[in-house]
Amino acid sequence: MTDATPFPTGTGHKMSARGVSVSYGDKQAIRDVSIDVDMDHVTAFIGPSGCGKSTFLRTLNRMNDTIASARVTGEITLDGEDIYSSAMDVVQLRARVGMVFQKPNPFPKSIYENVAYGPRIHGLAASKGALDGIVEQSLRRAGLWDEVKDRLSDSGTALSGGQQQRLCIARAIAVDPEVILMDEPCSALDPIATAKIEELIHELKGRYAIVIVTHNMQQAARVSQKTAFFHLGQLVEYGDTDNIFTAPKQERTKDYITGRYG
Amino acid sequence: MSKRVASPAPAPERTPTDWKSAAMQKRIRRRYARERRFKLFGMMAVILSAAFLAFLIATMMANGARGFTRSEVALHFDFPKLGIEIDRSHLKTPGADLALAGAGLQDKVETLATSPAGYSLASNSAWVTVRDRIKAHPAILDGKATIWVPASTELEMGSRGEGPANVQADARKLSQAGQLRTGFNWGFFSASNSNDPVAVGIWGALKGSLLTMLVTFLIAFPVGVLSAIYLEEYAPKNRWTDLIEVSINNLAAVPSIIFGLLGLAVFLGSWQIGGHTFGPLFPRSAAIVGGLTLALMIMPVIVIASRNAIKGVPPSIRDAALGIGASRIQVVFHHVLPLAMPGILTGTIIGMARALGETAPLLLIGMRAFIVTPPSGFTDPATVLPVQIFLWSDEVSRGFVEKTSAAILVLLVFLLAMNGLAIYLRNKFETRW
Amino acid sequence: MNVFALLFVVVGLGLIGWLTARARAVRFDRGGQKRLHSLPSQHGWYVAMWTVLPALLFIAVWSALSPALIKDQVLKSPAASQLSDFAFERDTILGEARDVALGRADATFDDTATALVEPMRAAIAFYGWTGTGIAILLAFAGGAFAFTRTSPTFRARTRVERGLMLILLLASLIAILTTVGIFLSLFWESMRFFAMVPPQDFLFSTHWSPQLIDPNNPGKSLGAVPLFWGTFFIGAVIAMLVAIPFGLMSAIYLTQYAAPRVRRWMKPLLEILAGVPTVVYGYFAALTVAPAVRNLAVFLGMPFASAESALAAGLVMGVMIIPFVSSLADDSIAAVPTAMRDGSLAMGATNSETISRVLLPAALPGVVAGVLLAVSRAIGETMIVVMAASGAANITLNPFESATTVTKQIVDLLTGESEFDSPKTLAAFALGLTLFVITLLLNIVALRVVKKYREAYE
Repeated sequence: MTDATPFPTGTGHKMSARGVSVSYGDKQAIRDVSIDVDMDHVTAFIGPSGCGKSTFLRTLNRMNDTIASARVTGEITLDGEDIYSSAMDVVQLRARVGMVFQKPNPFPKSIYENVAYGPRIHGLAASKGALDGIVEQSLRRAGLWDEVKDRLSDSGTALSGGQQQRLCIARAIAVDPEVILMDEPCSALDPIATAKIEELIHELKGRYAIVIVTHNMQQAARVSQKTAFFHLGQLVEYGDTDNIFTAPKQERTKDYITGRYG
Repeated sequence: MSKRVASPAPAPERTPTDWKSAAMQKRIRRRYARERRFKLFGMMAVILSAAFLAFLIATMMANGARGFTRSEVALHFDFPKLGIEIDRSHLKTPGADLALAGAGLQDKVETLATSPAGYSLASNSAWVTVRDRIKAHPAILDGKATIWVPASTELEMGSRGEGPANVQADARKLSQAGQLRTGFNWGFFSASNSNDPVAVGIWGALKGSLLTMLVTFLIAFPVGVLSAIYLEEYAPKNRWTDLIEVSINNLAAVPSIIFGLLGLAVFLGSWQIGGHTFGPLFPRSAAIVGGLTLALMIMPVIVIASRNAIKGVPPSIRDAALGIGASRIQVVFHHVLPLAMPGILTGTIIGMARALGETAPLLLIGMRAFIVTPPSGFTDPATVLPVQIFLWSDEVSRGFVEKTSAAILVLLVFLLAMNGLAIYLRNKFETRW
Repeated sequence: MNVFALLFVVVGLGLIGWLTARARAVRFDRGGQKRLHSLPSQHGWYVAMWTVLPALLFIAVWSALSPALIKDQVLKSPAASQLSDFAFERDTILGEARDVALGRADATFDDTATALVEPMRAAIAFYGWTGTGIAILLAFAGGAFAFTRTSPTFRARTRVERGLMLILLLASLIAILTTVGIFLSLFWESMRFFAMVPPQDFLFSTHWSPQLIDPNNPGKSLGAVPLFWGTFFIGAVIAMLVAIPFGLMSAIYLTQYAAPRVRRWMKPLLEILAGVPTVVYGYFAALTVAPAVRNLAVFLGMPFASAESALAAGLVMGVMIIPFVSSLADDSIAAVPTAMRDGSLAMGATNSETISRVLLPAALPGVVAGVLLAVSRAIGETMIVVMAASGAANITLNPFESATTVTKQIVDLLTGESEFDSPKTLAAFALGLTLFVITLLLNIVALRVVKKYREAYE
């Protein structure tokens, strides 16, 4: 791995953001962020709380659309297509760019229905058998199959916190996304469940481009290959994880990583 | 970088979804069409509900606007010629009404008011206007006089271009001659019930409503607030408290007519205790019975609103007061209650508005009397505005449709004002701690 | 003395007690070397409490008892010997005499009553003045007792607060008293009804015609099944067919789609619908909707359709319930965590898919409870059916035909001219008891469901 130039102009990146700013009403949350996300990589966003890393994550699959006062400027592309252009369909975008939230949020339905929900609304399964296959495959990939295969009709909310989060990952995988956004997926979990999720992220890495927001620097160091450090709504530094943690270029990054603030 | 773990059993590969395929595009379009339809249904539901309200109010306005106007017709009297035999000294005594009626005044006015076509130009109660004029100015009996009296319903409709053609023509002729005029019907706010739609007014019912509301407020407000204070601040958590809470929640949802049955049985029924028959405790049709019944009905509303308001006062304020040595009673009455008052008042106004519009329980306790004289006390026979509306709605005469709608408008104005005040209070004093 | 005047006097005495006790306590303070336990005004309240409360209690009991005592006294007078033994006639004559004695009427119609006016007047005066005297005496005695107890060391505040606590407790017991009162009065009168009419006739027989009651077999024409059906048909079927879709969709649109400005205006507007008095809806139903429904029926080929159809009453009732359903649905949807909504949207679900497949199923218990409460409100609604529905008790599935309801029959039965003890009048209480029990059950179930549901998300 080389320390690549941070912002190559060519395509080939799965997702690219160029000069992205986000504001809520009068308040600017993100200022002029440019970043690339690649397949086969886990990209970690780190930074002190309130630095805008979660806000930026939510612009990547336009979840900010649900907040009436949010305004996004700049350009974000998925496979070279502008995701904020009128030609881009937000429903398809979100199917291609899945998301896992901070707090596990399984629907109050059965485990099976939770996973089958996405394929059903997008019409991805032609038959009941195909749907069963998708559910099984997704649960296997999320490493949950062996634990729940005998009780697929139990409620998803009856699982433990870590299992619920893996169910949410399975739910996201079931739609066959290309990118998975994870917003502090372990912050509500205990260390054992966290370890399981981190293992899972490793396994999923080859298949999906993964972006993970975390406030836990050890976690970023463990799971990611690229790291972006956000501070006060700006992207301070972006590069290979190893470099960021061993030889940060910016003073602010160094201060944060060495625990001087945050 | 942490260690890699062994991969689990390889899952069967899936072909990646082709989002650009024609079938998928068609599906997406269908989903969006469904989304638009769903949103449209929602919008239609809101619009239709609002339209219904608009239609209801428009209907009442269209019907009721004329309830506020009144046509009067000028009658020319030549009293000496009419020959009203009456001893002038009687006119200043309480027997004057009887004396004038005995002198055949009503017949004479009616004869005079009969049009050549045989219908009456003046309303049935026109002679009362003439009678009152004679009582006020006995001197007019000595000569000629022109007296404006309420026009009959036929003539009034004729003047609006409705009804038979000959009446319309008469009305035109009369108003050209300056003998027919239409003006604001002040009598509607000062008169009471009558058989004659031209002469009816809402004052009697309005006064009954005010008296009833006064009783309701005097009972429901203190009892409601006090019991809310007890339940929220002092009540121990035990079975009794639970029972009180369950009672209040259920009372809030008991149909209003049941309270009418309660009022009928308890306040107006008789009680057999030890061989003696007691009761009825109150006279029928009285404002005090209606007020008590409605008080029981809206008390749960006030209790629930007050409890929420009291709950909203943060514990820190109680701690602060207790900390400087205030007793628990002083904490509540000096600190908590004043802070909770806006919320309590909002709930009380909403409850009172509900009581003001209530009809069914009052029908059962007999507040549907034909009230010609407004009640002067809590125990006089009375009726209330909604019941008056109900009684008028049963009348077949065309004139009553207008009066009913006009009374409804008055009631709606009162209710809107009360609800508006409640919303204003809620917004103005809404505090976030 | 007039009761109101008496109340005025008692409260006035209380005020005097308050002022004198306070003045006395102020003097303790001036001469006192040590600190007072209670403030002067608290001594004042203590005395005022003892002055007013016993007297008020006495007045309440006395005004309930005295009519019967007066009646006893009058019946002992020689003029009363000519009175008939028949209670109804006797009470009418006594009532006439009382009206004259109180100055409410000028003369009596009945000669026996004229003779009773004087004894009546004497009895009223005797018991009136006795009651007044005792009440004022009690006020003085209570006040004096309390006044003698005030001293620099007297803990007036504690006593006043204990008294106040008792008042608070009594106030909150009124809710239980009302519930018990409702149940007992309905139950008592219903028992008298069921002594005349077998319960199985009332509950299961299908013929209802209270105008023509066979005195030997009143149960034959007092079968309430058509009423139960009509109530269910109008309140739980037709009205809900209007209220549920409209209320639910309004709530969904206002919470999920509408711009904040639209929501701010439309929500209060819908609340106005809930604030319109039922008598106005009833008038509107009878004047505008019912003829329109009839015309529609004629147009559809039913020339003899009723002008008092179940449909007209049900439709208007449904509109009345819309804001009720809407606000309860609004609450239940708002209680579903935003994370659910985000989770579904983040997978590429459209808004409508999110609402119908995630939010509504999650909010279902709350919505169902709301519908139960709405049904309970609809079947207890009176004025709309009194004004727009028919009195004819039919069991029909055709909404254009007439149907009658429990509430309408209660009003009809109790507003006619008939004596209080007839099966006809008492049937109203049996109907009331049925209505009370059913709405109570609906409410209990609904509140339980809501409580469970709230716990699930907290």
